[in-house]
Amino acid sequence: MSAEALTAIKLGIVSCEACGLLTKPADVKHPGHCPRCGEELALRKHNSIQRTWALIIAAAICYIPANLLPVMVTTTLMSAEEDTIMGGVVLLYMTGSWPLALIVLIASVVIPLAKLVALAYLLITVRRRSAWRRHDRVRLHRLVEFVGRWSMLDVFVDTFTVALIQLEPLMSVKPGMGVMFFAAVVVLTMIAAETFDPRLIWDSGNDREGQDD
Amino acid sequence: MTLLPEDLVACPDCDLLQRIPVLPPGGSVRCCRCGRVLATSKADSLERTLALAVAAAIVFIVANVAPMMGMSAVGHQASTTIVGGAREMWVQGQQITAVLVVFCTVVAPAVLIGFLLVVLIAVRRPPAPAWAGTLLRLVEFHQPWAMLEVMMLGILVSLIKIAELATVIPGIGMFAAGALVVLIPAMAVSFDPEEAWRRIEWAGGGAPPAGTRGATSPTGVQP
Repeated sequence: MSAEALTAIKLGIVSCEACGLLTKPADVKHPGHCPRCGEELALRKHNSIQRTWALIIAAAICYIPANLLPVMVTTTLMSAEEDTIMGGVVLLYMTGSWPLALIVLIASVVIPLAKLVALAYLLITVRRRSAWRRHDRVRLHRLVEFVGRWSMLDVFVDTFTVALIQLEPLMSVKPGMGVMFFAAVVVLTMIAAETFDPRLIWDSGNDREGQDD
Repeated sequence: MTLLPEDLVACPDCDLLQRIPVLPPGGSVRCCRCGRVLATSKADSLERTLALAVAAAIVFIVANVAPMMGMSAVGHQASTTIVGGAREMWVQGQQITAVLVVFCTVVAPAVLIGFLLVVLIAVRRPPAPAWAGTLLRLVEFHQPWAMLEVMMLGILVSLIKIAELATVIPGIGMFAAGALVVLIPAMAVSFDPEEAWRRIEWAGGGAPPAGTRGATSPTGVQP
């Protein structure tokens, strides 16, 4: 877009994260608190890039046990069977409900992975001060924020399956450690999407101030 | 600290400064650079949201008290509420997951509905005290974490998994939760936070009367 686009940061104006009020603090480095709602003011989210990296790296680490460890352990009179997330998808597919298998596959496997890749891509392009397709990148960030919550699907599926199937001693379902790691992936990526400041996408190029912090 | 004219906004996604024109009823404006919706004119925003919040509060209580679903198989009967599901997770050794499930399906929606209800009642007679602003900030913080619609889909999937083994009977709680899936987004759509903020006393002391803020703003910003 136009190089002379007038942004708040260029004029030393701070917009409140919580209520949107614009103020022009005397000292831009220490803007203090919003006079309207009391939220701490900042030109950009503090250390947005470093914090988002930390969160997605933590999420990527948790993603491995989330997929390898069982999320559900089904015990019957004869046997005990462990199901991972992919195992649950396959089971749904085998029992004939392929639309649901597809929903669970997208929500539990594709979305978390796509979020990690998308956030890493946004962070790298911001770091390189890329001006390439800013409009699409800000849309990508909105999409990541919007779809993130749907990954919690598998956690709810496991919770209600466990809650209902307690037919001791015939059959019972216990949650496995995989659920906790999987929930951690979802929560960490949701916080990461929230921590990333989309305004950094537009800050690059001729106005170098406000890149970090 | 200098204030700026009320019709001036900085886009939350790209920081571009823009003036918001007077909108026709139902009209909305997008950021001219990144396309984010900056303002929407919502008719009777606060009254409509209040009506929806009252309805949501009643339905929310039903959804949490009445059983979500019952199940019978080989002579066994079982039924569960939302909290009951999480409690079973806790008992089975997944305490962290149980807390998260309760937070996303009970705590966050409760904060969303309850605090918004209080804020809406408080702003009926402006200026509302500054604590209403604190509550409104909490409402906005909890919004992404209220996941009743995800929970409903999760229940559907688990029901289909169970249906092979047992007969499942949806309970009143299930219908109430279904109604909340509609009511909570309806609340979010009809609510105009800017209108509420204008009616709340400022945290920094005193409520600047509407319309005087522009006079204190020496700025040469062009839209």
